[in-house]
Amino acid sequence: MTVTAPPVVPATGRNVSSGAGGSSVGRSGPVAWMVLPALVLFVVFGVVPLVGVVVLSFTQWDGLGPIHANGLANWRTVLSDPQTWHSVLVTFEIMILSWAVQTPMSLLLGTFLAGRQRYRAFLAVLYFIPLLLSSAAIAITYKALLDPNFGLGAGLHIDFLTQDWLGKSNLAIAVVIFIVSWQFIPFHSLIYQGGVRQIPTTMYEAASIDGAGRIRQFFSITVPQLKYTIITSSTLMVVGSLTFFDLIFVLTAGGPGDATRVLALDMYKRGFMSNQMGPASVIASIIVLLGLALALLLRRLGGSTTASQQEGA
Amino acid sequence: MTTSRRTFLGMVGGGALAAGLAACGSSGPSSTPGSTTGAAAGSGTTYWFLTGQPQQAIREAQVKRFNDANPNTKIKTTEFQNDAFKAKIKTAIGAGQGPTLIWGWGGGGLKAYVEAGQVEDLTDWFNGQTDLKNSIFPSAFTAATVNGKLYAVPGETVTPIVLFYDKRSFEKIGAQPPQSWGDIMDLVPKFNEKGIAPFSLGGQSRWTNMMWLEFLFDRIGGSEVFQNIYDGKKDGWSDPSALKALDEMQKLIKANGFIKGFSSITADSNADQALLYTGKAAMMLHGAWTYGNMKSSGKDFVTGGHLGYMNFPPVDGGKGDPSDTVGNPGQYMSISSKASSGDKDTAKKFIANNTLDDATVDAWVKSGNIPVVKSAKDKLSSITDKNDSEWLNFVYDTAANAKNFAQSWDQALSPTQAETLLDNIAKLFQLSISPQQFADNMNAVIGQ
Repeated sequence: MTVTAPPVVPATGRNVSSGAGGSSVGRSGPVAWMVLPALVLFVVFGVVPLVGVVVLSFTQWDGLGPIHANGLANWRTVLSDPQTWHSVLVTFEIMILSWAVQTPMSLLLGTFLAGRQRYRAFLAVLYFIPLLLSSAAIAITYKALLDPNFGLGAGLHIDFLTQDWLGKSNLAIAVVIFIVSWQFIPFHSLIYQGGVRQIPTTMYEAASIDGAGRIRQFFSITVPQLKYTIITSSTLMVVGSLTFFDLIFVLTAGGPGDATRVLALDMYKRGFMSNQMGPASVIASIIVLLGLALALLLRRLGGSTTASQQEGA
Repeated sequence: MTTSRRTFLGMVGGGALAAGLAACGSSGPSSTPGSTTGAAAGSGTTYWFLTGQPQQAIREAQVKRFNDANPNTKIKTTEFQNDAFKAKIKTAIGAGQGPTLIWGWGGGGLKAYVEAGQVEDLTDWFNGQTDLKNSIFPSAFTAATVNGKLYAVPGETVTPIVLFYDKRSFEKIGAQPPQSWGDIMDLVPKFNEKGIAPFSLGGQSRWTNMMWLEFLFDRIGGSEVFQNIYDGKKDGWSDPSALKALDEMQKLIKANGFIKGFSSITADSNADQALLYTGKAAMMLHGAWTYGNMKSSGKDFVTGGHLGYMNFPPVDGGKGDPSDTVGNPGQYMSISSKASSGDKDTAKKFIANNTLDDATVDAWVKSGNIPVVKSAKDKLSSITDKNDSEWLNFVYDTAANAKNFAQSWDQALSPTQAETLLDNIAKLFQLSISPQQFADNMNAVIGQ
């Protein structure tokens, strides 16, 4: 998620001029070849493996011997396996709950950080720290802190913290959602901060004259004006959560039992632990389809009109 | 700002696709990291093995001795961490880029290589190596044999699973170490009353839980229960003894026999050992390989004589032989069938002359391990440390006197069965499935 995000954000800024200027048609010639390097990389590292995976999903292969075609057998096995549906359920559970935790928090933090005071800039730097750490490092750290026998709770003798955090199904999912939120709220706050700063101050001034308080202003101006920012940030959250792997793999390895076994983890286990590349490829294809469907759905929610936010408000 | 949103979301969609692809690309055949690094096939004799002391230094010394003696046919080595090795060697062998000498644990993993035609049949050659053949523990050969043919040569160490206990904890409750499964169940409430966990367990690693089932299956139903499963006999997991063992297992879990939070403790971090040597838990069922770490990390736990150990006690009315043990009967070396004949000869020479030579055996014993050779016994008298000497004699006797030394299930079974097994064991220990459900789930993959 963090990897795909940075190149996306600056791209927006660059495209503003081409849309507003209306001269994009005339520039399409030279612009086309500028896409080429990215396109080549995308085909080699994106499309080719994708085709490979789809082909593999119709074969039987243990990763060692020859590859045999076996038609739809893998798809039938995987789709009738309750484990798959359990993983889909867990994936969506983590996706929806982490979205529900992250969005309001990031929205509030982003709005707060959009202010121009010095101390807010300082706080913004502090808030940003979790995003700088690698998921694996975060997972190892939290695992150590949450250890019921040698962790924070046992060390400081705080009974509330001495729980079997990663050993009970519901607690383990809650911990995963907490850590994911802790890690990614800074990123989404940054998006909202940028969004809030784009809102013309005249709207707030007008609202003040009309007697609207801060809370009223937040709900009647800030939130509606941020509609598209919310959709952007939600898309990143939702699609990104489909590929959570490193954090969960290190933290719980899918456990306890299969309580936190998300689709990405299920794919890894089938492919590289059970030596069943065919079913693993089916899961991989399902992840791609789900990701595409969700991204398109969220685009739809944004509406297809090109009307500006300010007109809509 | 107007059109930017669309472009933006379009790119987000693209990003999503890329992210999805990045995730699934790793399962495709195009990802063969083995092809770019390390010494690959075709570039002389190669040998990949695991890092981690003291084993790593002993393996390095073996190769050095060989290379010094054979300057024209040197072996090139590449070293890996355990988990990285497991993932990489499989991919590399599948892509025809594996090393000449394939280090492994035998059993189901080796069988998969054999079925894919990736490893050399060593039966005839090894029959000619009479001295080496006669020096190795006979129990070590089972896991190296597939369909009556030898595809790997046992080497390195024999590591049975043993029941460790903390003598101090037993003094605190005034009890004796358990002599039977009934004693274990009686001890559980006594330890819990004193605030000591009866057993330490690194449950998140899953194979740690499996060791319990291995012993219970054997003690209750005898070694043939798992043998039937291994042979792919239909419904082998719902043998009455198997169901009884699974039931006893859940009884112990329900009686709070294991440390609180066991299912989030990993064995890789050695936290389970720490629970034992810090006195938080009274007993632990674990591999013989943990002795070295408990000695070095546990302050005076081992040196002060607080560590006790025994073979797993019998279950009242059980059919199993109480001398039976489980664990790793050895580690194994195979030769790639894809290697050139010159490289194969070099590899054979290395196995014959350097893997269980006198210097190696000495080094293993000094490091607190029993090598898989009978002559290890003679070396034990030279150990001066009293604790080490007692320990090594115990491990030697356990391994040598075992009527049946079963290989760890996850190594013995095929990778597909092993993964299903570990999954279901985790659920069994979570009490989220019943013994019958466990048996049904496992019967579904038997023989696969």
